[in-house]
Amino acid sequence: MRILGVAATLAALVALVAVYVVYFLEASPATVSTAVMNSDGSANLTLQVVGAYGKHPFPDWVSYLVKDTSGEWRHTTIWKLPAHTLVHVTVYQFDSQTGLRNNFLAQVRGTVGGTATYTDTGNTGKGSGLPVYNNTALSVLPPAEPAHTFTVPGIDLSVPLVGISNATENVCGVAPCSMKYAHTTIAFSFRTPGAGSYRWQCFVPCAFAFLYGFGGPMQTVGYMDGLLDVT
Amino acid sequence: MSPTAAKTSGTVEPRHGRNFAILWAVATAIMVPIIIWVVGPHIPPGSMSDNTRAQHDVDVALTALAMPVLMLVWVFLAYAIKNFRADKTSEAIVDGPPIKGNARIQATWLIVSAVLVVGLAAYGTIDLFVEHGVGGGQGSNPLAKPADAKGALQIQVIGQQWMWTFRYPGYGGVETQTLELPMGRDVEFHVTSLDVVHSFWAIELGVKADAVPGADNVAFVRALRTGSFQVRCDELCGLWHGQMSTTGRVVSSAQFQSWIGATAKRYAGVTKVLPPYSLTYYPPPTRNAT
Repeated sequence: MRILGVAATLAALVALVAVYVVYFLEASPATVSTAVMNSDGSANLTLQVVGAYGKHPFPDWVSYLVKDTSGEWRHTTIWKLPAHTLVHVTVYQFDSQTGLRNNFLAQVRGTVGGTATYTDTGNTGKGSGLPVYNNTALSVLPPAEPAHTFTVPGIDLSVPLVGISNATENVCGVAPCSMKYAHTTIAFSFRTPGAGSYRWQCFVPCAFAFLYGFGGPMQTVGYMDGLLDVT
Repeated sequence: MSPTAAKTSGTVEPRHGRNFAILWAVATAIMVPIIIWVVGPHIPPGSMSDNTRAQHDVDVALTALAMPVLMLVWVFLAYAIKNFRADKTSEAIVDGPPIKGNARIQATWLIVSAVLVVGLAAYGTIDLFVEHGVGGGQGSNPLAKPADAKGALQIQVIGQQWMWTFRYPGYGGVETQTLELPMGRDVEFHVTSLDVVHSFWAIELGVKADAVPGADNVAFVRALRTGSFQVRCDELCGLWHGQMSTTGRVVSSAQFQSWIGATAKRYAGVTKVLPPYSLTYYPPPTRNAT
């Protein structure tokens, strides 16, 4: 009886460890190749930001998604990019405006020309009174308008991402979002540095239902934090 | 060998107390100068600022003062291993007679320990309250100030998850990710945070001050030579705490003027949308992640 008891306890412990490992592996985002190469040697990186991922394990968490080289939207924030390459980034931004905690991040930094271009699509909700951008190049975005930032501190790259109007009704609820929903489009180019791993993050406290917006997806790689795996 | 055994065998027990005291004094006399003049120059945090110079002096003094205590332990250990071995011919472990009620040893131990502990506490406390304490965050109303505090260059240090930015209120309130300061001039850091508690640690400058949301924490420094220094967050603050670092520079006064002018120009656009300079910022986000 004693041997059976010990064996059962051991089996339970092993099972718990296995569950933990599986959960950990499942929760860890994958590294994906994301750069679609152009004939001139530059690369394209396409992203979308959604207000709620809509799926297990955290359906109400805000998140980035990336388009891989086969054109599929992938839920990961660890992106493989070539070194010393001009990268053209397009961000489809489906989340609403939160505003910056630090207005210094309203400045576009580290992009080619020091600007990003902003476009609204289906973004004018009832009585929003917000300006509509139409391929507008800006170096400073009004601090109340960003939903998120895309910031890579190690290479001094930072772009505020304008949010859709909070009065918009045509809001996407489950990722990946199709272009029929209200969104903004932000485009910019930057040059990747030498090989290395560079962290990126959002600097807007955008974690809904967390104290001052700082927890959850703001503290989790795979949602609003990630790595540029430059090779 | 126990005294009984010594008496029985006719040998004379050496004067252990005197011998040990001589060995301890010699070891201490060798080690203290080595600490001061050989090891001392390599003890951190260096001599980039008046703060680090003072901290370095304290570190050397404390290490030198620790030597007599360390030698007491090490020399006694070595002496005991050499002289108080068990008799190889004896099967039983023989101990000496227990020492009880030796008032002289007890009094010496108590007095020396008390003098060491209280003396070092007083030394550290007094040093914090005089000018040498200016590098530590002292709250909004610092006790330790440099002589020329009124003419100090003000730099605001703003922590947020996970980045440091710096505002220069004397230069239009420009905010930047780069920390530069002029050599030979007192600098008055005003440290605050926009979210959680961080700690601003300019390592080679000997400055460390908590960055607390809604609080203004003041620290001073005067850099004595040009060069770069590391800035780190020294308070566990979340996912990227380990990467919340940057490199600052101490430059000549002319270089500083040139840099701050270029920086103000570079960030002129965003400076217009910054909030007015304030010792603290504790705004709720425009909307809380709605």
